[in-house]
Amino acid sequence: MKRRDFLKIACFSVAGLPARSAFDQLIGKALAKQPGVGKPKWAMVIDIKACVAKPGCQHCIDACHNIHNVPTFNNPKDEIKWIWTNPYKEVFPEQTYQFSSVEVQKQPILVLCNHCENPPCVKVCPTKATFKRDDGLVMMDYHRCIGCRYCMAACPYGARSFNWKDPRPFIKGFRQDFPTRTKGVVEKCSFCEERLAKGLKPACVEACTAGALTFGDLNEPDSQVRKLLALRPSVRRKAHLGTEPKVFYIYEAL
Amino acid sequence: MHDSGKVIVGITVFLIVVLSPIWYNALKGQASYVPELKFPINEKQCVESLSYMRTNHIALLNLWKETVVRTGERIYKARDGKTYTMSLVGTCMKCHSNKADFCDRCHHYVDVQPKCWDCHVAPKEVKKEALGDRR
Repeated sequence: MKRRDFLKIACFSVAGLPARSAFDQLIGKALAKQPGVGKPKWAMVIDIKACVAKPGCQHCIDACHNIHNVPTFNNPKDEIKWIWTNPYKEVFPEQTYQFSSVEVQKQPILVLCNHCENPPCVKVCPTKATFKRDDGLVMMDYHRCIGCRYCMAACPYGARSFNWKDPRPFIKGFRQDFPTRTKGVVEKCSFCEERLAKGLKPACVEACTAGALTFGDLNEPDSQVRKLLALRPSVRRKAHLGTEPKVFYIYEAL
Repeated sequence: MHDSGKVIVGITVFLIVVLSPIWYNALKGQASYVPELKFPINEKQCVESLSYMRTNHIALLNLWKETVVRTGERIYKARDGKTYTMSLVGTCMKCHSNKADFCDRCHHYVDVQPKCWDCHVAPKEVKKEALGDRR
Protein backbone atom coordinates (compact mmCIF):
# COMPACT_ATOMS: atom_id res chain seq x y z
CA MET A 1 0.00 0.00 0.00
CA LYS A 2 1.21 3.43 -0.86
CA ARG A 3 1.59 5.94 1.90
CA ARG A 4 -0.90 8.20 0.10
CA ASP A 5 -3.58 5.46 -0.04
CA PHE A 6 -3.06 4.57 3.60
CA LEU A 7 -3.64 8.17 4.69
CA LYS A 8 -6.77 8.40 2.50
CA ILE A 9 -8.32 5.28 4.03
CA ALA A 10 -7.37 6.35 7.54
CA CYS A 11 -9.01 9.77 7.03
CA PHE A 12 -12.25 8.30 5.65
CA SER A 13 -12.46 5.73 8.44
CA VAL A 14 -12.10 8.36 11.17
CA ALA A 15 -14.64 10.61 9.40
CA GLY A 16 -17.06 7.68 9.20
CA LEU A 17 -17.05 6.88 12.94
CA PRO A 18 -19.59 9.52 14.06
CA ALA A 19 -21.89 8.52 11.19
CA ARG A 20 -21.81 4.94 12.41
CA SER A 21 -22.68 5.84 16.00
CA ALA A 22 -25.46 8.18 14.80
CA PHE A 23 -26.86 5.32 12.71
CA ASP A 24 -26.77 2.98 15.73
CA GLN A 25 -28.53 5.54 17.85
CA LEU A 26 -31.32 5.97 15.32
CA ILE A 27 -31.85 2.22 15.05
CA GLY A 28 -31.77 1.94 18.84
CA LYS A 29 -34.41 4.66 19.18
CA ALA A 30 -36.61 2.99 16.58
CA LEU A 31 -36.34 -0.31 18.45
CA ALA A 32 -37.16 1.31 21.76
CA LYS A 33 -40.29 2.82 20.23
CA GLN A 34 -41.68 -0.60 19.35
CA PRO A 35 -44.60 -1.55 21.61
CA GLY A 36 -43.67 -3.60 24.63
CA VAL A 37 -39.90 -3.13 24.40
CA GLY A 38 -38.49 -2.13 27.76
CA LYS A 39 -41.86 -2.66 29.44
CA PRO A 40 -42.80 -5.40 31.87
CA LYS A 41 -45.05 -8.25 30.83
CA TRP A 42 -47.28 -8.95 33.79
CA ALA A 43 -48.35 -12.48 34.65
CA MET A 44 -49.83 -14.41 37.54
CA VAL A 45 -48.97 -17.86 38.81
CA ILE A 46 -51.59 -19.74 40.82
CA ASP A 47 -50.35 -22.62 42.97
CA ILE A 48 -53.30 -25.01 42.76
CA LYS A 49 -52.23 -27.12 45.72
CA ALA A 50 -51.68 -24.16 48.07
CA CYS A 51 -54.99 -22.60 47.01
CA VAL A 52 -56.99 -25.81 47.35
CA ALA A 53 -55.43 -26.46 50.78
CA LYS A 54 -57.70 -23.75 52.19
CA PRO A 55 -61.21 -24.81 51.27
CA GLY A 56 -63.80 -22.04 51.42
CA CYS A 57 -61.15 -19.30 51.60
CA GLN A 58 -62.45 -16.10 49.97
CA HIS A 59 -59.76 -13.58 50.89
CA CYS A 60 -58.66 -12.78 47.34
CA ILE A 61 -62.21 -12.57 46.00
CA ASP A 62 -63.42 -10.37 48.85
CA ALA A 63 -60.42 -8.05 48.59
CA CYS A 64 -60.78 -7.62 44.84
CA HIS A 65 -64.52 -7.14 44.80
CA ASN A 66 -64.35 -4.71 47.70
CA ILE A 67 -61.69 -2.35 46.34
CA HIS A 68 -63.19 -2.33 42.85
CA ASN A 69 -66.80 -1.68 43.90
CA VAL A 70 -67.99 -4.94 42.34
CA PRO A 71 -71.71 -5.37 43.09
CA THR A 72 -73.29 -8.49 44.61
CA PHE A 73 -76.48 -9.66 42.95
CA ASN A 74 -78.60 -12.47 44.33
CA ASN A 75 -79.73 -13.59 40.88
CA PRO A 76 -76.84 -15.50 39.23
CA LYS A 77 -77.96 -14.19 35.83
CA ASP A 78 -77.01 -10.66 36.93
CA GLU A 79 -73.75 -11.78 38.54
CA ILE A 80 -70.66 -9.56 38.16
CA LYS A 81 -67.34 -11.22 38.86
CA TRP A 82 -63.69 -10.27 38.48
CA ILE A 83 -62.17 -13.25 40.28
CA TRP A 84 -64.11 -16.36 41.34
CA THR A 85 -63.98 -20.16 41.50
CA ASN A 86 -65.32 -22.76 39.09
CA PRO A 87 -65.24 -26.57 39.30
CA TYR A 88 -62.06 -28.21 37.99
CA LYS A 89 -63.86 -29.91 35.12
CA GLU A 90 -65.08 -26.54 33.83
CA VAL A 91 -61.75 -24.79 34.28
CA PHE A 92 -59.70 -27.57 32.67
CA PRO A 93 -62.15 -29.48 30.44
CA GLU A 94 -59.30 -31.04 28.45
CA GLN A 95 -57.67 -32.34 31.62
CA THR A 96 -60.79 -34.07 32.91
CA TYR A 97 -61.12 -37.73 32.05
CA GLN A 98 -63.52 -40.55 32.73
CA PHE A 99 -61.17 -41.69 35.46
CA SER A 100 -61.07 -38.37 37.35
CA SER A 101 -62.83 -38.77 40.66
CA VAL A 102 -65.94 -36.72 41.37
CA GLU A 103 -64.04 -34.89 44.11
CA VAL A 104 -61.39 -33.77 41.63
CA GLN A 105 -63.97 -32.83 39.03
CA LYS A 106 -65.85 -30.70 41.54
CA GLN A 107 -62.75 -29.13 43.09
CA PRO A 108 -63.17 -25.32 42.99
CA ILE A 109 -60.34 -23.66 41.05
CA LEU A 110 -59.62 -19.93 41.19
CA VAL A 111 -60.17 -18.16 37.87
CA LEU A 112 -59.88 -14.60 36.57
CA CYS A 113 -59.18 -12.78 33.31
CA ASN A 114 -56.14 -14.42 31.70
CA HIS A 115 -54.84 -11.20 30.14
CA CYS A 116 -54.10 -13.16 26.98
CA GLU A 117 -51.11 -12.30 24.83
CA ASN A 118 -53.45 -12.82 21.87
CA PRO A 119 -56.82 -11.70 23.24
CA PRO A 120 -59.89 -12.64 21.19
CA CYS A 121 -62.00 -10.08 23.06
CA VAL A 122 -59.81 -7.25 21.74
CA LYS A 123 -60.12 -8.51 18.16
CA VAL A 124 -63.92 -8.41 18.19
CA CYS A 125 -64.53 -5.15 20.08
CA PRO A 126 -66.05 -2.73 17.55
CA THR A 127 -65.20 0.43 19.51
CA LYS A 128 -61.74 -0.53 20.81
CA ALA A 129 -63.18 -0.22 24.30
CA THR A 130 -61.18 -3.28 25.22
CA PHE A 131 -57.55 -3.16 24.20
CA LYS A 132 -54.15 -4.60 25.05
CA ARG A 133 -51.62 -2.31 26.65
CA ASP A 134 -47.90 -2.49 25.90
CA ASP A 135 -47.29 -4.19 29.24
CA GLY A 136 -49.67 -6.96 28.26
CA LEU A 137 -52.67 -5.94 30.34
CA VAL A 138 -56.00 -6.42 28.58
CA MET A 139 -57.87 -3.31 29.64
CA MET A 140 -61.40 -1.98 29.52
CA ASP A 141 -62.17 1.62 28.62
CA TYR A 142 -65.63 1.81 30.15
CA HIS A 143 -66.17 5.21 28.53
CA ARG A 144 -66.16 3.60 25.11
CA CYS A 145 -68.05 0.38 25.86
CA ILE A 146 -71.40 0.28 24.04
CA GLY A 147 -72.52 -2.95 25.68
CA CYS A 148 -72.64 -5.08 22.53
CA ARG A 149 -71.13 -8.05 24.42
CA TYR A 150 -69.13 -9.35 21.44
CA CYS A 151 -66.18 -9.63 23.83
CA MET A 152 -68.19 -11.87 26.15
CA ALA A 153 -68.99 -14.16 23.25
CA ALA A 154 -65.35 -14.18 22.13
CA CYS A 155 -63.73 -14.81 25.53
CA PRO A 156 -63.18 -18.57 25.91
CA TYR A 157 -62.89 -18.23 29.68
CA GLY A 158 -66.13 -16.44 30.60
CA ALA A 159 -64.02 -13.78 32.26
CA ARG A 160 -66.39 -10.92 31.45
CA SER A 161 -69.62 -9.80 33.09
CA PHE A 162 -72.33 -7.51 31.78
CA ASN A 163 -74.14 -4.91 33.86
CA TRP A 164 -77.81 -5.62 33.24
CA LYS A 165 -78.79 -3.25 36.04
CA ASP A 166 -77.40 -0.13 37.66
CA PRO A 167 -74.79 -1.72 39.96
CA ARG A 168 -74.62 1.07 42.56
CA PRO A 169 -77.46 -0.04 44.86
CA PHE A 170 -75.92 -3.54 45.00
CA ILE A 171 -72.43 -2.55 46.12
CA LYS A 172 -71.58 -3.62 49.64
CA GLY A 173 -69.17 -1.26 51.38
CA PHE A 174 -69.13 1.49 48.75
CA ARG A 175 -65.57 2.69 48.12
CA GLN A 176 -65.23 6.34 47.21
CA ASP A 177 -61.69 6.02 45.85
CA PHE A 178 -62.68 3.82 42.90
CA PRO A 179 -65.33 4.43 40.24
CA THR A 180 -68.28 2.12 39.79
CA ARG A 181 -69.50 0.91 36.44
CA THR A 182 -72.83 1.75 34.93
CA LYS A 183 -75.74 -0.12 33.41
CA GLY A 184 -74.92 -1.41 29.93
CA VAL A 185 -71.15 -1.91 30.12
CA VAL A 186 -69.02 -5.04 30.30
CA GLU A 187 -66.46 -5.36 33.08
CA LYS A 188 -63.66 -7.67 34.13
CA CYS A 189 -60.42 -8.01 36.09
CA SER A 190 -57.83 -5.33 35.30
CA PHE A 191 -54.84 -7.01 37.02
CA CYS A 192 -55.20 -4.04 39.40
CA GLU A 193 -53.78 -1.60 36.87
CA GLU A 194 -54.38 1.29 39.30
CA ARG A 195 -52.30 -0.46 41.98
CA LEU A 196 -49.50 -1.47 39.58
CA ALA A 197 -49.17 2.23 38.71
CA LYS A 198 -48.37 2.87 42.37
CA GLY A 199 -45.91 -0.03 42.52
CA LEU A 200 -48.29 -2.23 44.50
CA LYS A 201 -49.18 -5.84 43.81
CA PRO A 202 -52.72 -6.77 42.76
CA ALA A 203 -55.17 -6.85 45.66
CA CYS A 204 -55.85 -10.58 45.36
CA VAL A 205 -52.15 -11.41 45.57
CA GLU A 206 -51.73 -9.17 48.61
CA ALA A 207 -54.80 -10.64 50.32
CA CYS A 208 -53.87 -14.29 49.79
CA THR A 209 -52.82 -15.89 53.08
CA ALA A 210 -52.07 -19.27 51.52
CA GLY A 211 -49.16 -18.01 49.43
CA ALA A 212 -50.94 -19.40 46.39
CA LEU A 213 -50.80 -16.30 44.20
CA THR A 214 -47.61 -14.90 42.71
CA PHE A 215 -47.49 -11.89 40.45
CA GLY A 216 -44.58 -10.57 38.43
CA ASP A 217 -42.83 -9.65 35.23
CA LEU A 218 -42.26 -12.36 32.61
CA ASN A 219 -39.61 -10.21 30.93
CA GLU A 220 -37.53 -10.25 34.12
CA PRO A 221 -35.56 -13.54 34.31
CA ASP A 222 -35.10 -13.22 38.08
CA SER A 223 -38.77 -12.54 38.85
CA GLN A 224 -40.64 -14.86 41.17
CA VAL A 225 -43.06 -15.90 38.41
CA ARG A 226 -40.23 -16.89 36.09
CA LYS A 227 -38.55 -18.90 38.87
CA LEU A 228 -41.76 -20.76 39.66
CA LEU A 229 -42.47 -21.47 36.00
CA ALA A 230 -38.93 -22.73 35.53
CA LEU A 231 -39.07 -25.00 38.58
CA ARG A 232 -42.55 -26.46 38.47
CA PRO A 233 -44.84 -27.94 35.83
CA SER A 234 -47.57 -25.53 34.77
CA VAL A 235 -50.74 -25.46 32.72
CA ARG A 236 -52.74 -22.72 31.11
CA ARG A 237 -56.45 -22.79 30.41
CA LYS A 238 -57.38 -23.94 26.90
CA ALA A 239 -53.82 -23.37 25.66
CA HIS A 240 -54.65 -25.08 22.35
CA LEU A 241 -56.75 -22.05 21.35
CA GLY A 242 -53.58 -20.00 20.96
CA THR A 243 -54.73 -17.14 23.17
CA GLU A 244 -51.51 -17.37 25.24
CA PRO A 245 -52.99 -16.81 28.70
CA LYS A 246 -50.76 -15.05 31.23
CA VAL A 247 -52.36 -16.75 34.22
CA PHE A 248 -50.43 -19.95 34.88
CA TYR A 249 -51.48 -22.81 37.14
CA ILE A 250 -48.64 -24.75 38.75
CA TYR A 251 -48.98 -28.11 40.37
CA GLU A 252 -46.70 -30.61 42.16
CA ALA A 253 -42.99 -30.66 41.33
CA LEU A 254 -41.82 -33.71 39.46
CA MET B 1 -103.55 35.76 -0.82
CA HIS B 2 -106.58 34.20 0.88
CA ASP B 3 -107.03 34.32 4.64
CA SER B 4 -104.00 36.54 5.10
CA GLY B 5 -105.55 37.97 8.27
CA LYS B 6 -105.86 34.55 9.88
CA VAL B 7 -102.35 33.54 8.85
CA ILE B 8 -100.79 36.69 10.30
CA VAL B 9 -102.75 36.30 13.54
CA GLY B 10 -101.70 32.64 13.69
CA ILE B 11 -98.03 33.49 13.21
CA THR B 12 -98.25 36.23 15.84
CA VAL B 13 -99.85 33.90 18.39
CA PHE B 14 -97.28 31.24 17.60
CA LEU B 15 -94.38 33.67 18.12
CA ILE B 16 -95.85 34.96 21.39
CA VAL B 17 -96.19 31.41 22.73
CA VAL B 18 -92.76 30.25 21.57
CA LEU B 19 -90.96 33.35 22.81
CA SER B 20 -92.92 33.59 26.05
CA PRO B 21 -90.09 32.25 28.25
CA ILE B 22 -87.82 35.04 26.98
CA TRP B 23 -90.46 37.71 27.64
CA TYR B 24 -91.27 36.18 30.99
CA ASN B 25 -87.63 36.37 32.10
CA ALA B 26 -87.21 39.86 30.63
CA LEU B 27 -90.27 41.15 32.53
CA LYS B 28 -89.04 39.50 35.74
CA GLY B 29 -85.72 41.31 35.25
CA GLN B 30 -83.76 38.08 34.88
CA ALA B 31 -82.85 38.41 31.22
CA SER B 32 -79.21 38.92 32.06
CA TYR B 33 -79.09 36.03 34.56
CA VAL B 34 -75.93 33.95 34.51
CA PRO B 35 -75.24 31.21 37.05
CA GLU B 36 -72.82 32.12 39.82
CA LEU B 37 -70.20 29.50 40.51
CA LYS B 38 -68.62 28.89 43.89
CA PHE B 39 -64.89 28.83 43.39
CA PRO B 40 -62.56 27.05 45.81
CA ILE B 41 -61.44 29.24 48.70
CA ASN B 42 -58.02 27.75 49.34
CA GLU B 43 -56.79 27.48 45.79
CA LYS B 44 -56.44 30.43 43.40
CA GLN B 45 -54.89 28.70 40.40
CA CYS B 46 -56.53 25.94 38.38
CA VAL B 47 -54.62 23.42 36.26
CA GLU B 48 -54.68 25.81 33.32
CA SER B 49 -55.73 29.48 33.03
CA LEU B 50 -59.30 30.47 33.92
CA SER B 51 -60.25 31.36 30.34
CA TYR B 52 -58.82 28.08 29.04
CA MET B 53 -60.65 26.05 31.67
CA ARG B 54 -63.89 27.91 31.01
CA THR B 55 -63.97 26.98 27.34
CA ASN B 56 -61.92 23.79 27.22
CA HIS B 57 -62.42 21.91 30.47
CA ILE B 58 -64.17 19.06 28.69
CA ALA B 59 -61.32 18.82 26.17
CA LEU B 60 -58.84 18.67 29.05
CA LEU B 61 -60.90 16.02 30.83
CA ASN B 62 -61.15 14.00 27.63
CA LEU B 63 -57.39 14.22 27.16
CA TRP B 64 -56.84 13.09 30.76
CA LYS B 65 -59.31 10.24 30.37
CA GLU B 66 -57.72 8.99 27.14
CA THR B 67 -54.17 9.33 28.46
CA VAL B 68 -54.74 7.57 31.77
CA VAL B 69 -56.99 4.79 30.52
CA ARG B 70 -55.25 4.00 27.27
CA THR B 71 -51.58 4.69 27.95
CA GLY B 72 -51.41 4.37 31.73
CA GLU B 73 -49.55 7.73 31.95
CA ARG B 74 -50.89 9.63 34.96
CA ILE B 75 -48.90 12.87 35.22
CA TYR B 76 -50.06 15.99 33.37
CA LYS B 77 -47.66 18.82 32.68
CA ALA B 78 -49.52 22.13 32.63
CA ARG B 79 -48.45 25.05 30.46
CA ASP B 80 -46.89 26.79 33.45
CA GLY B 81 -44.73 23.73 34.05
CA LYS B 82 -46.55 22.49 37.13
CA THR B 83 -47.43 18.81 37.20
CA TYR B 84 -50.73 17.28 38.24
CA THR B 85 -52.09 13.77 38.65
CA MET B 86 -54.68 13.26 35.95
CA SER B 87 -57.73 12.34 37.98
CA LEU B 88 -61.24 13.79 37.97
CA VAL B 89 -62.07 12.81 41.53
CA GLY B 90 -58.51 12.81 42.86
CA THR B 91 -57.43 16.20 41.45
CA CYS B 92 -60.36 18.30 40.13
CA MET B 93 -62.78 17.45 42.91
CA LYS B 94 -60.17 17.98 45.63
CA CYS B 95 -60.56 21.73 45.07
CA HIS B 96 -63.99 21.85 43.44
CA SER B 97 -65.37 19.69 46.22
CA ASN B 98 -68.92 20.93 45.82
CA LYS B 99 -70.27 19.51 42.59
CA ALA B 100 -73.74 21.07 43.06
CA ASP B 101 -72.35 24.61 43.39
CA PHE B 102 -69.76 24.30 40.65
CA CYS B 103 -70.36 21.71 37.93
CA ASP B 104 -74.13 21.45 38.18
CA ARG B 105 -74.98 25.16 38.23
CA CYS B 106 -73.55 25.80 34.79
CA HIS B 107 -74.53 22.44 33.34
CA HIS B 108 -78.16 22.93 34.42
CA TYR B 109 -78.20 26.45 33.01
CA VAL B 110 -77.00 25.37 29.56
CA ASP B 111 -78.88 22.06 29.82
CA VAL B 112 -76.03 19.62 29.27
CA GLN B 113 -75.94 16.28 31.04
CA PRO B 114 -72.40 14.95 31.23
CA LYS B 115 -72.35 11.29 32.23
CA CYS B 116 -69.23 11.52 34.45
CA TRP B 117 -71.07 10.69 37.64
CA ASP B 118 -72.76 7.55 36.37
CA CYS B 119 -69.50 5.84 37.31
CA HIS B 120 -67.18 8.33 39.03
CA VAL B 121 -68.01 9.07 42.63
CA ALA B 122 -68.49 12.74 43.48
CA PRO B 123 -67.32 13.75 46.98
CA LYS B 124 -70.81 14.58 48.29
CA GLU B 125 -72.53 11.68 46.65
CA VAL B 126 -70.53 9.28 48.77
CA LYS B 127 -72.32 10.36 51.91
CA LYS B 128 -75.72 9.95 50.25
CA GLU B 129 -74.81 6.52 48.88
CA ALA B 130 -73.43 5.39 52.20
CA LEU B 131 -76.62 6.49 53.94
CA GLY B 132 -78.67 4.72 51.30
CA ASP B 133 -76.69 1.55 51.95
CA ARG B 134 -77.38 1.61 55.62
CA ARG B 135 -81.12 2.13 55.26
